[in-house]
Amino acid sequence: MKVVVNFDLCESNAVCMGIAPEVFEVRDDDFLYVLNEEPGEELRDKVVEAARRCPKQAIAVED
Amino acid sequence: MGTIAVVGASLAGLHAAEALRAGTGDAPGHDGQLVVVDASPTLPPDRPPLSKQVLSGEWDLAQAKVPLADRLDELGLDLRLGTAATSLSPAGGDGRTLTLSDGTELSVEGVVLATGGAVRHLPGPQLGGVHSIRTGEDVTALLADLDAGPSRVVVVGAGFIGAEAAATCRGRGLEVTMLEAAAAPMERVLPGEVGAFVADLHRDQGVDVRLGTGVERLEAGDDGRVRAVHLADGTVVQADVVVVGIGVVPQVDWLAGSDLELRNGVLCDSTMLAGPRVVACGDVACWPNPHFGEEMRVEHWENAVEQGGHAGRRLLDELAGRPGTPFAPVPWFWSDQYDRKIQLAGRPTATDEFVLVDGTVEERRFAALFRRGDRCTAVLGVNRPRHVMQARMQLAQSLAWDDAAALFAPKD
Repeated sequence: MKVVVNFDLCESNAVCMGIAPEVFEVRDDDFLYVLNEEPGEELRDKVVEAARRCPKQAIAVED
Repeated sequence: MGTIAVVGASLAGLHAAEALRAGTGDAPGHDGQLVVVDASPTLPPDRPPLSKQVLSGEWDLAQAKVPLADRLDELGLDLRLGTAATSLSPAGGDGRTLTLSDGTELSVEGVVLATGGAVRHLPGPQLGGVHSIRTGEDVTALLADLDAGPSRVVVVGAGFIGAEAAATCRGRGLEVTMLEAAAAPMERVLPGEVGAFVADLHRDQGVDVRLGTGVERLEAGDDGRVRAVHLADGTVVQADVVVVGIGVVPQVDWLAGSDLELRNGVLCDSTMLAGPRVVACGDVACWPNPHFGEEMRVEHWENAVEQGGHAGRRLLDELAGRPGTPFAPVPWFWSDQYDRKIQLAGRPTATDEFVLVDGTVEERRFAALFRRGDRCTAVLGVNRPRHVMQARMQLAQSLAWDDAAALFAPKD
C-alpha cells in the first residue's frame, strides 16, 4: 500500500492525522508530513478512512 | 431484492447509497434497484469550495465535485435528476410508496431522506443582484454580478457562508459591508469572544462590519436591481450586489402528512431511523446524539459523509430486522477566511467557559477548549489544526474536562 498526498489540494485540516497519526502528521508549521508512505497492511483501514474523510480529497491510497 | 430510494443526491445521499451497496460487516449490500432522485437538474456540487475557490475564480464550478461524483457508474444508481419527491406513504406490509414530481409512484422497501436544506431569503420581493450561495446556479449567477465589477457588495449574515463570502469578495478587491443582526458573528455556535475575533479579522482586511443591525428592507432601482440596503437602525448602505447568508431551512414540506415526526427537520432515533423503513441523514436529519446527550441537526460537510454512511447501513439493518447502532460523533467543521483556518469540534454554547490552551487571540493563532462544569464541550482552533484534531480524538473517547485539559498541560 502506498499513500500519495496531493499537496496542491491539501489544506492541512488534519483530519487524516486524527484518524491515522502513525502515517500523517500536521506540524507547527501547519504543513502535513507523511511519516510513512508505505504503511503496513495493519494500517490499511485507518488510511482508507483518512482518505475518505479528507474534506479536500487530497489523499490517494494505491495498492 | 426490491427497490431502495435515496431522496437527495448531495453529499449525504450519495454516501448513503455507497453504504447501501457496500453492506455492513454483518451483511451484504443491497443489490437490487437503487433509485436516487434530486430536484436539481445537474448533480449538486460539493459545497465547501463554492464560497471559497469557486467564488474567488480560482476553480471552475465543475471542479467542485463531491467525492463520489466519479463513482456513480460503479455504484449502479438509477439516478433521476430534475426529479423531486412529492410524497411518502406510510409503511405497509412490504414497503412504502414514494411519489415523484414526474408522477411516478415507486414501490420501495426502504427510503433514505437526504433532501438537505433550502436557503432562507430576506422578506419582500426578489430583486436582481441579490444572491444566495447554495447551488451551482446560485454561484454562477453571483459570479456574473461580481465579474461586472460592483462598487460595493453587502453581505447579510456573518455566519460561515457570509463570512467566507465577505473574505472572498475582499480577495477579489471589492468593497464589502458585512451585516449581522446578532451582537457577534457566528453567535449561534461560538461564544462572543470568538465572534469578536472574527469581526476584527474582517475589519483588519477592510470590511465594513456592522453588528447588532438587522435589515429593514432592500431598495430597488428603476431596473429592478437592488440599489441599497436599509438597516433597522435607519442607516442606508449603497449596494450593487447583496449576498444573503442567513441559514437554511430543512426541506421537509413534502413530508407533511406522512407518518414521520418533523421537528427541526426529520426527527430520527439515535440510530438515524426516522420511521419504519426510513432513515435520514445530512442537513435534514435531527437526532439525539448519545455522546453529548443532546438533540442536534448538523449542517457540516463531514457530518454528511459520516451520517450518510451510517444511515445507509442502518437501513440495511432495518430491512434485515437488526437493531442498528447509535450515531454518536463529535461534530467538526472548518472555515477558511483570508489566511486563517478556523476549526471547531464539539458542541459549545455561548455560555461555556473559553479556556485558551495555546497561543493568544491577539496573534490570531490559538487553540481553546470550552468548559461546562466537569465537561469539555468543544475545541476551537485558529490555524491550529493539530491541536483541534488531537482534542477531537480525545473528545470522541470522553468529554471529561480533566482528560481534554491534560492534552495541553505543560510538559516538563
